[in-house]
Amino acid sequence: MPPDEGRMATYDFIFDKLGLRDWCDGGDGGENGSSGPMSMADLLGKTTGDAVEVSAWDTPFPSLDNLHDACDAIPQSRDLTTGLESGFLNIKDSLKVVVDPLTQPLSWALNEMLWVMQAVPWWIMIPLLMLITYAVGRSRKLVGLVALCFGFLAFVDYYDYTMQTLAIIFVCAFICVLLGVPIGIAMSRSDRTQRIMIPILDMLQTLPPFVYLIPLIFLFSVTEPKLYGIAIILYAIVPVVRLTDLGIRLVDQDVIEAADAFGMTSRQKLFGVQIPLALPNIMAGVNQTIMMSLAMVVIASLVSAPGLGVLVLRGIRSLELGVGLLSGLGIVLLAIILDRVTKAALARINSSQPK
Amino acid sequence: MSDDIKIKIRNLYKIFGNDPEMALEHVKNGMGKTDLLAEHNHVLGLNDINVDMPAGKTTVIMGLSGSGKSTLIRHLNRLIDPTAGEVLVDGDDILSYSDKQLRDLRQHRMSMVFQKFALFPHRTVLENTGLAPSIEGKSKKKYEDEARKWLARVGLEGQGEQYPHQLSGGMQQRVGIARALTSNSDIMLMDEAFSALDPLIRTDMQNLLIELQAELQKTVVFITHDLDESLKLADHLVILKDGFIVQQGEPQHILLNPCDPYIEDFVSDINRARVLRVRSVMRKTTEEMGEISGEVDHDDNLESLIERSGGDTTNRYRVMKDGKQVGILEMTDLVRSLVPQGGSSDPEAARRAG
Ligand SMILES: Nc1ncnc2c1ncn2[C@@H]1O[C@H](COP(=O)(O)OP(=O)(O)OP(=O)(O)O)[C@@H](O)[C@H]1O
Ligand SMILES: [Mg+2]
Repeated sequence: MPPDEGRMATYDFIFDKLGLRDWCDGGDGGENGSSGPMSMADLLGKTTGDAVEVSAWDTPFPSLDNLHDACDAIPQSRDLTTGLESGFLNIKDSLKVVVDPLTQPLSWALNEMLWVMQAVPWWIMIPLLMLITYAVGRSRKLVGLVALCFGFLAFVDYYDYTMQTLAIIFVCAFICVLLGVPIGIAMSRSDRTQRIMIPILDMLQTLPPFVYLIPLIFLFSVTEPKLYGIAIILYAIVPVVRLTDLGIRLVDQDVIEAADAFGMTSRQKLFGVQIPLALPNIMAGVNQTIMMSLAMVVIASLVSAPGLGVLVLRGIRSLELGVGLLSGLGIVLLAIILDRVTKAALARINSSQPK
Repeated sequence: MSDDIKIKIRNLYKIFGNDPEMALEHVKNGMGKTDLLAEHNHVLGLNDINVDMPAGKTTVIMGLSGSGKSTLIRHLNRLIDPTAGEVLVDGDDILSYSDKQLRDLRQHRMSMVFQKFALFPHRTVLENTGLAPSIEGKSKKKYEDEARKWLARVGLEGQGEQYPHQLSGGMQQRVGIARALTSNSDIMLMDEAFSALDPLIRTDMQNLLIELQAELQKTVVFITHDLDESLKLADHLVILKDGFIVQQGEPQHILLNPCDPYIEDFVSDINRARVLRVRSVMRKTTEEMGEISGEVDHDDNLESLIERSGGDTTNRYRVMKDGKQVGILEMTDLVRSLVPQGGSSDPEAARRAG
């Protein structure tokens, strides 16, 4: 017996015409009527007691829900999402078997780094960071800026949070470079790899960061650092890959031809010519990658990443305006420092090879 | 002259496009560059090239832009692979070479100088000069002396620690030449090596090359689109047009006997008195002649002789080579040779010239 007696769904005629009525009704004959909740049209049909007249103007889109009204054998869109979910849950275990050991080192690295950065006392850590700054940028002004910023953050008792954020960024940006540069090189050497990779990179870049988190939460437990580590890496790896590819492709073809004409092997060409000449672009990519890790590390505090993001979250949750503002300022300071230091490194590379 | 032939090119074809084999059939059946492009969308790069390049001499390949000069020279070290044909270097078919043999060829037997210099911007002048030995894996210490020697030879003593961008164009090309010389290869390929330089520097560089040639006798393959340059440098001149060879031979001979309107056009604009040599217009004889106004060397150009004669067209000179007479030059012959051949067959012009 059709469940929608006394009422007409818009698309009934299709199934009637195609002679699929039996198939439709047979689909859930055993369940005694529709299993989903009533649709708006059902309700309307119930209350008015007769068929809903639908004018051509109001013809609904033949969506899953609307087709379901006409034919029970067609799933509702809700079934689609639950299907996706259960599908993911089904492969989750086998996925975990592969992904878990692969990503375990990430958890270790994050844990170790977090521990080291906090265990080293401030009076070693801050000078050390200043030293690194000088080594990278060769600028006293920059060292001063670093000292000032960390001094301020420590003064307002945000030192630990800052170090946590920094530790996560160091590890994730490092891994991004470690993976991203070879991927970029592979892309630059084969047009096919490039064609395959570009849509993937586009997707990684345009997906809202929160979307990464959802499947990751299912896959790993929230207590594992690799959960946010992976999210950050996926989000931040894009620029270094893109710019490595671009940088190598932009290397002057005449120079490459000279390398060939003098009999360089492709390995000699890669390490002796292409990478050194692409370095300014690669470094620009590293700069972007670091900035994006910083952006993501804040969002990742939703899934238990420690650091300044936690404070921002606290500011939002418990409406502590001051905490929110101050930690926001901290993030800005950190961003300025990271940006300036990597840009200084970039400038130094650029000045050593103009043209 | 029984020259050794260092590089032999036999029936070489190159067609750019998706299906060169198909296009090759059409070309062999006589289709030209324009038709091939219009009807089959393939570019005819080289069309049945046959050249013998003598060892220790300079072979100049000349042609207008797009005539296939760069394509041709890149076949010699296989930066481009041909569609059909053979390239023999020292009798070896280099098209059959494996990757390793090919690298060996490029490292040890051929070097190349580029129009845009193509130095490595991230390496010093010295490191650039030592490119060939460094590719072999030699350390800087090992190749340093050799590299400095050649830098000094091209006039860049003490500039080894600079970076290429700190040098002028002319100096950069000197580095390019030093880089090629440091590889100690017999063959030097030069693709419009001097075209990017301004005229004075260009003359300097041409003179440098001539000096080096006198000293080292490399087999030079030199590309240019400039007739004056090719006449100055060439022992053997090959003129390309739309991918095929219009004429090749001794440059003075081509100048006096152009076999094609294309070449006549080319040669009509040049200062013939400066490029023609006494030996090309003299009458070959070892007999004594009366009334000799003086002796000239067989390799002098006509300009210097005109200057010497003070414009007197009745003079007659004895032409000497290595202290012996090889011919007699009548000034009237000289003056006649100054007018391109097409013009001298015209009686009016001949009278004016005579
Ligand atoms: N990779 C390529 N693909 C398609 N066509 C090409 C390619 N390389 C060269 N050609 C064509 O082959 C012809 C010869 O080019 P080539 O570069 O050898 O000319 P050229 O004589 O060196 O000119 P120029 O003086 O401008 O350097 C040109 O018509 C050019 O368009
Ligand atoms: Mg060219």
